[in-house]
Amino acid sequence: MSWVKQTLNSTLGQKVIMSLTGLFLVTFLIVHLIGNLQILKADGGDAFNVYAAFMSTNGLIHAVSYGMYAAIIAHVVYAITLTLRNKKARPVSYAVQDAKANSSWASRSMMLLGSMILVFLVLHLVHFWAKYKMGWIAYDFKMVTIEGVQYRDIASLVIETFKDPIAVGIYVLGLIGLGFHLNHGFQSAFQTLGLNHKSYNNFIKGFGAIFSIVMAVLYAVMPLYVFFS
Amino acid sequence: MSNHKGLNFTLKVWRQKNAAAKGEFKEYPVTNVSPDSSFLEMLDIMNEDLLHKGEDPVYFDHDCREGICGMCSLFINGRPHGPGEEITVCQLHMREFNSQDGGVITIEPWRAAAFPVIKDLVVDRTAFDRIQQAGGYVSINTGGIPDANAIPIPKEIADKAMDAATCIGCGACVAACKNASAMLFVSAKVSQFSLLPQGQAEKSRRVLAMVNQMDEEGFGACTNTGACEAECPKGVSLENIARMNRDYFGAALSTEH
Repeated sequence: MSWVKQTLNSTLGQKVIMSLTGLFLVTFLIVHLIGNLQILKADGGDAFNVYAAFMSTNGLIHAVSYGMYAAIIAHVVYAITLTLRNKKARPVSYAVQDAKANSSWASRSMMLLGSMILVFLVLHLVHFWAKYKMGWIAYDFKMVTIEGVQYRDIASLVIETFKDPIAVGIYVLGLIGLGFHLNHGFQSAFQTLGLNHKSYNNFIKGFGAIFSIVMAVLYAVMPLYVFFS
Repeated sequence: MSNHKGLNFTLKVWRQKNAAAKGEFKEYPVTNVSPDSSFLEMLDIMNEDLLHKGEDPVYFDHDCREGICGMCSLFINGRPHGPGEEITVCQLHMREFNSQDGGVITIEPWRAAAFPVIKDLVVDRTAFDRIQQAGGYVSINTGGIPDANAIPIPKEIADKAMDAATCIGCGACVAACKNASAMLFVSAKVSQFSLLPQGQAEKSRRVLAMVNQMDEEGFGACTNTGACEAECPKGVSLENIARMNRDYFGAALSTEH
């Protein structure tokens, strides 16, 4: 299996891991967003509570979630590995560098943007996932009855969390980071996989640009809506 | 001769005695430079002044002075080959520079671990030669000129192979890349063969060996910023990197090599 090791340790192999894990996490973003938007329903959080219970008990989602944890860890570990490798490739930096003449800020700042997302993600997991799904942080959920079934009321935890301006600020910052990260990352993932053709390049770039803005804005709606309502 | 008035500049030049020495920037004024002189001619004038003063001239790489050899390699005011699109330093003219406020021009060597400085602005680019030696060739003897259309190649494919083959190996892609990545160079050298029938026999072996050598030389990975393509004096396209990636993964997954 030495060729597997050799391929995955090459610069190209490591980039493919970044690309595939990144695209996998994009699919997660879409699913997660659909659930999130349930909080906007004016039903006292019922739809959101039912969705949250489904996400934490459904077997298939449970299985996929482990794939997602692995993808996040791989994406972060390989990002660090590649960044260190890239820094080593230029030990002496230029005194004057006019980088904006040849490349976009987002494309040069993927590590910074990714770090912003990671800070947000850790806080986000502490806020909800560690309390609701894993039970690592003790939290006394209120119980609500919806159509005769008892649910833990995570909707009120969301509302409580997003009344804190610091939390909302970090969320919004993280989501701005996500928008820029996706804007470059989405189309970059296809280029890395060798998918570059003039017939669809513009579509991938255009779709990625719109997708990144839509994701950042719709995700930011949730904390901002709760904070201001 | 032009009727323009001569321009005055202050050059901030990287001086470094040898590979082991610690370098530093030194300032040299140049006066009455013709706006029509090339950047290298301007450096020649500066060096003549230095020689007259008994000082060591500034070392820099140059050869054909018509944009085809790939020897000139200066990082000028923050960009490889200076301002302008699809040109080498020898094709850069002094009229492109602002001589107001002292007209400071900063000149640095390519910066990459794989391109160590030999002296002043001269860097060792033999890493590129070793990548070529690893597989950037066709082993079979191609013989004389074949009859026209004996080997059918569609025009579009021939054009793409030719576009890749215009790479002059100057290293501007490495110099521009924030990761000092050599992907554009290597992908051009891979593509010029992998597009053509003559390159098929060694296609898999070639791309694996060249990428492997590229990594061994200590070049960085690709972040797809596109800086290489934007700064390439020959306009080599990022499409080549995508092709190299396809070839590489195809080769890594197949057993035919």
